[in-house]
Amino acid sequence: MSATPVIECRRVAKDYVTDAGTAHVLQGIDLTVLPGEFVAIMGPSGSGKSTLMNILGCLDVPTSGQYLLAGADVGTLAEPALAHLRNQTIGFVFQGFNLLGRATLEDNVGLPLVYARVGAAERRARARAVLAKVGLAGYERSFPGKISGGQQQRVAIARALVTAPALVLADEPTGNLDTHTSAEIMELFAALNRDGMTLVVVTHEPDVAAWAGRLVQLRDGMVQYDGPVPAQFRKAS
Amino acid sequence: MLREAFAAMAANRMRAALTMLGMVIGVAAVILMLAIGRGVEDSVSRSIASMGSNLFIVLSGSAAQGGLRMGSGNAPTLTLDDAAAIAGLPGVLAAAPTLPGSAQVVYGSANWGTQVNGTTPEYLDVSSWGVADGAVFDDSDVRGATRVAMLGQTVVDNLFGAEDPVGRTIRIKNAPFVVVGVMSRRGQSLDGRDQDDTVLVPVTTAQRKLFGAQFQGMVRFITVKADSEAAMPGVEDGINALLQERHRIRDGADPDFTVRNMTAIAETAAQATRMMALLLGAIASISLVVGGIGIMNIMLVSVTERTREIGIRMAIGAARAHILWQFLLESIVLSLFGCLIGVALGVAGAYVVSHTTEITTIVSAGSIALGFSVAGGIGVFFGFYPARKASRLQPIEALRFQ
Repeated sequence: MSATPVIECRRVAKDYVTDAGTAHVLQGIDLTVLPGEFVAIMGPSGSGKSTLMNILGCLDVPTSGQYLLAGADVGTLAEPALAHLRNQTIGFVFQGFNLLGRATLEDNVGLPLVYARVGAAERRARARAVLAKVGLAGYERSFPGKISGGQQQRVAIARALVTAPALVLADEPTGNLDTHTSAEIMELFAALNRDGMTLVVVTHEPDVAAWAGRLVQLRDGMVQYDGPVPAQFRKAS
Repeated sequence: MLREAFAAMAANRMRAALTMLGMVIGVAAVILMLAIGRGVEDSVSRSIASMGSNLFIVLSGSAAQGGLRMGSGNAPTLTLDDAAAIAGLPGVLAAAPTLPGSAQVVYGSANWGTQVNGTTPEYLDVSSWGVADGAVFDDSDVRGATRVAMLGQTVVDNLFGAEDPVGRTIRIKNAPFVVVGVMSRRGQSLDGRDQDDTVLVPVTTAQRKLFGAQFQGMVRFITVKADSEAAMPGVEDGINALLQERHRIRDGADPDFTVRNMTAIAETAAQATRMMALLLGAIASISLVVGGIGIMNIMLVSVTERTREIGIRMAIGAARAHILWQFLLESIVLSLFGCLIGVALGVAGAYVVSHTTEITTIVSAGSIALGFSVAGGIGVFFGFYPARKASRLQPIEALRFQ
């Protein structure tokens, strides 16, 4: 495989200094994700999966080790460059949807383009296109409070896709949804992945992980398992 | 970005309006106070201009009777000869001796109590006073102590109404006087006295036929006009030296006269009003600062409330500078809007004040420009701290904020 990995972690470690001493949350993670992969990251509470997620999303920087995002060494970048990277290369989907309540759906979806200095007319056109792609055509002028949780998560996914990023990171994307809606959202993710989108999903639910093509399990800040999703996960779904 | 600032304000209309109220009151107060200050200053400088410039008044000294000191102007020490001698000093344009008194003036069935000043024709030159009708009595009238009079406009209004007074005969203290002229209208003096409520007669006539004089040629005061402002110090020294010599006052002894520089008094008055205007403006600007603190307060609350929003924005690619500008713009928009309403209110207030009270107000473009720049500055100054606080948030913590 000659393609540049989307994610390349080399001995990534993260320490938190607290009053009680230094906590080694990540203890040397090696992880490579290639374009087009669909990876699920699992692990119990305290295993460091949220911290890894933050580092992968450029919201945090590792204490030591190297993290290359689409070939760029994140550790060498300053804040404005990190913001630009978050804007252009990564799309975020959160558990709590995190939409702006007083903005319309198309304004919410177009928001990342504001920071990419895209003009208003083009912003709207692109926002409408991705809203249609996630099945929300006709809702452009609605407000987040007026639609269902599943629909809100679709809007969040549309917002993650609008800048055409190299990677979509989803943190417990189905945590606030019922089983049926969860399946719909995961189907949407699977469809995006079939179109070539690289996906990393953090979850603690085996049925969610079952949609992925590869499973990474963390325990105590280290990779405990990295390989295909076990068959019993699929049976559960 | 600007649209977002308006949207944030629209989302919290009541709060935005209350926040702006501080700025509105502050700016309106500054505009109104400056307008009142400028108006007062203007009317003072107009009074000063009407009084005439480069003036001295030489008053006779205090009389003392058995330890009772009567105050300036009561001792009969100045004479017509003193005035003539002062007029001959270098740098002196003219000197007018005056013997004032009050008298009842009668014309036909009308009568009017007024001030009657015995003086010389120089009096009008010295006080830069014009003639509206007729002519000034001349030196031969002074020499001959003739019964002629010049009237101020207020006296004309009260005795003659619409009738032409020149050539008519009035009675002052029951003696007939022919009206030879009318002075032009002059308005109020600095202390609010009506300068037009006066009658001028030859000084000799006043001495001999109206008020009497304790000795030959006595006058109460002498008004002296210098050639120029530059000549004033020399003239003042000259008058002092001349009168000390004429009145035989030994060095170090109290003089029996006082020389007052009227221009200096006027300048003091002008400076006092300027100080008052500044003080009013300064007090008003305190409310502007209070308004600014109100904005800062609300912006801080807003930053805390919207921590999660800030986190979302950062996660999807807003740089710290974007967040800083977003909040800074919001506070600038708030304060400029407040300022706009404040200017309108201040100008309206100034209009109301000048139309309902005696005070004239002048709203200058400068004070409006000042209001806007100060409001913009306050928006930046008091908005910067909350905006910086917002931009310094850690995205992870901001996202975790509920």
